[in-house]
Amino acid sequence: MIIGLDVGGTHTDVVLVGENGLEKQIKVPTDTSALFHTVLTGLEKITENVPADEISHTVLSTTLTTNAIVQGKLSPAGMIVTSGPGIDPEAFRTSEHYFIVPGGIDHSGREIEKIDPEKVKAAAARLEKAGIRDIGVVGKFSARNPAHERQIAEAIGPRFEKVFLGHQISGNFGFPRRINTTFLNASVYPLHCQFFEAVKKSLKQKGITVPIHILKADGGTMGLDTSIDFPGQSILSGPAASVMGSVAFAPDYTETLVLDIGGTSTDMAVLIKGVPLLAPHGVDISGYKTLIRALNSHSIGIGGDSRVRVENGELKIGPDRTGPAMGYGGADPTPTDALFVLERSEGGDRRRAVQGIEPIAGQLGVSVEEAAYEIFDKTCREILAGAREMIENINSKPVYTVKEALEGYQVNPDHILVLGGPAAYFAEHFQNISGYTVDTVPECQVANAIGTALSRTTCEITLFADTQKGLVTAPEESFSQTVDLHFTRQDAHQMGTNLLKQKAVRLGAKTEDIETELLEDLEFNIVRGFRLMGKNIRVKQQIKPGLIHDFKNISKKIKEACAR
Amino acid sequence: MLKALNKTGLVFFPAFDWAISATHPEREERLLYTQDQVLEEGLFDIEGIREFKSDIVDIKDVQRVHFSYPDVWRVMTESHFISAGGAKTIANAVMEKSVDNGFALVRPPGHHAMRVVHGGRGFCNVNNEAIMIEHLRHTYGIDRVAIVDTDCHHGDGSQDIYWHDPDTLYISLHQDGRTIYPGSGFTSEVGGPNAAGTTLNIPLPPYTGESGFLYAINEVVLPVLDEFKPELIINSAGQDNHFSDPLTNMLFTAKGYADLTRLLKPDIVVLEGGYSIEGALPYVNIGIILALAGMDYSHVIEPGYDPEKLKQSESITQTVKQTCETVKANWAQREAIGRKMRGNQKFAERRRNIFYDTEGIYETQKETLKLCPDCSGTVKIDSTSDRGAHILAIHIPRKACSACRDLGRQWFESAKPADYDMICLQDRIDDTYQVKNK
Ligand SMILES: [Zn+2]
Ligand SMILES: [Zn+2]
Repeated sequence: MIIGLDVGGTHTDVVLVGENGLEKQIKVPTDTSALFHTVLTGLEKITENVPADEISHTVLSTTLTTNAIVQGKLSPAGMIVTSGPGIDPEAFRTSEHYFIVPGGIDHSGREIEKIDPEKVKAAAARLEKAGIRDIGVVGKFSARNPAHERQIAEAIGPRFEKVFLGHQISGNFGFPRRINTTFLNASVYPLHCQFFEAVKKSLKQKGITVPIHILKADGGTMGLDTSIDFPGQSILSGPAASVMGSVAFAPDYTETLVLDIGGTSTDMAVLIKGVPLLAPHGVDISGYKTLIRALNSHSIGIGGDSRVRVENGELKIGPDRTGPAMGYGGADPTPTDALFVLERSEGGDRRRAVQGIEPIAGQLGVSVEEAAYEIFDKTCREILAGAREMIENINSKPVYTVKEALEGYQVNPDHILVLGGPAAYFAEHFQNISGYTVDTVPECQVANAIGTALSRTTCEITLFADTQKGLVTAPEESFSQTVDLHFTRQDAHQMGTNLLKQKAVRLGAKTEDIETELLEDLEFNIVRGFRLMGKNIRVKQQIKPGLIHDFKNISKKIKEACAR
Repeated sequence: MLKALNKTGLVFFPAFDWAISATHPEREERLLYTQDQVLEEGLFDIEGIREFKSDIVDIKDVQRVHFSYPDVWRVMTESHFISAGGAKTIANAVMEKSVDNGFALVRPPGHHAMRVVHGGRGFCNVNNEAIMIEHLRHTYGIDRVAIVDTDCHHGDGSQDIYWHDPDTLYISLHQDGRTIYPGSGFTSEVGGPNAAGTTLNIPLPPYTGESGFLYAINEVVLPVLDEFKPELIINSAGQDNHFSDPLTNMLFTAKGYADLTRLLKPDIVVLEGGYSIEGALPYVNIGIILALAGMDYSHVIEPGYDPEKLKQSESITQTVKQTCETVKANWAQREAIGRKMRGNQKFAERRRNIFYDTEGIYETQKETLKLCPDCSGTVKIDSTSDRGAHILAIHIPRKACSACRDLGRQWFESAKPADYDMICLQDRIDDTYQVKNK
């Protein structure tokens, strides 16, 4: 059995899934000021009366690092940066503890300015004096040639607790994003370590020594041990959890739009034949654009608790939320109140809901029922409009080859999966107004936790071969090897697949869950002076985000249980 | 957080799967390192800089500019449709005001493509800028446009297309035609009799450096633009003046290109040539983009940059100065020059030989222009290629008077299909293109 734990804004869901589907689910209130406590209580409760040897592993999706960043409660981290030609690296300053030192690598990985170890030592001494314990080191084009980052690390010596090197954090281009990502990793590191220790200790006390995985923003997992080197990867796993929760119930033959309707907002994502789309760059959080792999999700400020009012004779919904629905004791009318008035949903105080909608009906000059219907209809339509905008954005992504420009593949979902609190009440109306088929995710109150439990380990690797230089490298993996002029793209694929598999296993993947996919596959002739000198081959491969091998049985059981 | 002062749009279309041939300078690899640099700098993440997906031009866009033999499909590849489409996308974004200015980083280039197209010349098949400009005129009613061509090679195609158009100012700065392809672009080339002075050529001697280029911009280009008052300034931004370019002999730099862009303030920039794909393009393109966005580019210093070594000689400074004086004088006396060209004639004739280096085609042209006091005059081109194609191409300009329009139609009607392989009429008044085949 697998434990899945998802920390939400108001409560934390913990599930136990296994052969019989959803074996157990519990809910504990989320205490944002004491997240450790929340997580540990959740784990304690779910494992009560469960024999330790029946649990195979645990997957956690926490908001620990996310909250720390959003609330600006980061521990001070230092940065040492080298640049070379381009935008002034001062523009990417992360904090006062940011030092630019000489050094430069060009786009093809050639050294254009040497590292000056004395300058590096001087910067390190100042960081040390300022009491900085964790630092990041980032060079421009280090994803092409990491030599300078390594030389800097060497010059610094062992004076810091943890040194994050940019090229190990991401193999993708984007110097400012690499700086931000490395900085965030260093900044959340102490917090993540504390958490890591606490969870391990707590489970050990209960006699549970199974592997613990952490959910990432790309909907994949990594082992807790690995997460010490990549703590930033745990940022923004929340939206990924809900997408992965829907994957278990998505058809594998068509494109699906996933709508997770929450209290304040609705999160949306697209699944292509059951596989979630990745965001083109990475996570954006609190003004930090990063290289942290993430699912392509989009959020709009409309949810069940959005404040409803009339402005200039027009109905307005959200994006603010003042509290729960009036039917639950809140102060302002909400779409949830509209559901109570229309008797599409129960559980709230309909009388109070009617009181809330009455003034709106008055301003609109319609009956309370009509006003409630208008609110309900408009909520659905605005959510769908947000979804269309997201799809348009996905489809307007530039392409760089003639083939792609002419083929012009367009995402065009014809199926919607809804989840979240009020999901079921919206489903039918979505179908009526969109013309898509609409389904509700079973057990959608805990779908996030189920998604967390069932996610597989993901990772990616980037391989560059330059047969003119006779070198193939994968800087993220600290891999390099000499090759001759006969090295082909097929050889690169093979080498990439091997490296990817090794990496996945290192991160905690089971071999049956390793499904590799080519993300980028380019080959160029290197011509100098009208002569063919070699080939430039670029291959990017990933383990697709998806669910573990056993999920089909589990999701089938959950579906059956819901149908009963 | 970085923020652009000007909202700048970019279309990036490196055509990673298209080449003239495997080892040709115009090949897949050309914009690879530029893309690496653009991505690594994070340019698309800067607030105010926006990337657009390239559109594809349609056949009507092309027929508004070119006479293609045997037809548009045969002279263009898919990549040409997208490259011209990239320019069009950026132009639309500027016109719709979603950006203040924009840069189409596209390939293949276009400034050697003339009005009549029998094939590829100077790595170009169709003229991206002209297709874009005529689209803007048709769709947005733009009238006066200036093209400043800063490619190292004379843009003889753009010059040809706008030779008779007094509403399009074409200014080219390039390496002296006596020392480089295509061998044209001398100060004496000032446009046709009805448009004298709206073509200006500033040939620069080999080894001209930053100071020479910027002198010509400040002394000639900017004052002429001030007087011409275009609604749009287009920069045909070839990057082969760079000191590391393998096909040319100039000493220009990334910072120089950025300075030039800052001074020129173009609305739309379209990439032309530039074949130092590792040493120049990544840096020149970053410099141009930052300058367009109104951002600091002082750190864009390419490897090998040495202001002492890249300083132009005193004799070059003198030559550039003299050339600029000649060009200024031509501009000042443009009306007199036009009058003298026209004399008392009713028609002006011009005979030319044109070589298509990519495919080795020779074309001979006899061009007849109606000298009209009321409009820029209908043009008739009788063109023969050494492949045996004989075509008659008639162009009725956008603002033709009714007499000239009638003349154009009459030329088209009376031409005998038996005498030509193709007879075509480009009527810019009703935006039509008609073909009579044998
Ligand atoms: Zn050129
Ligand atoms: Zn006329």
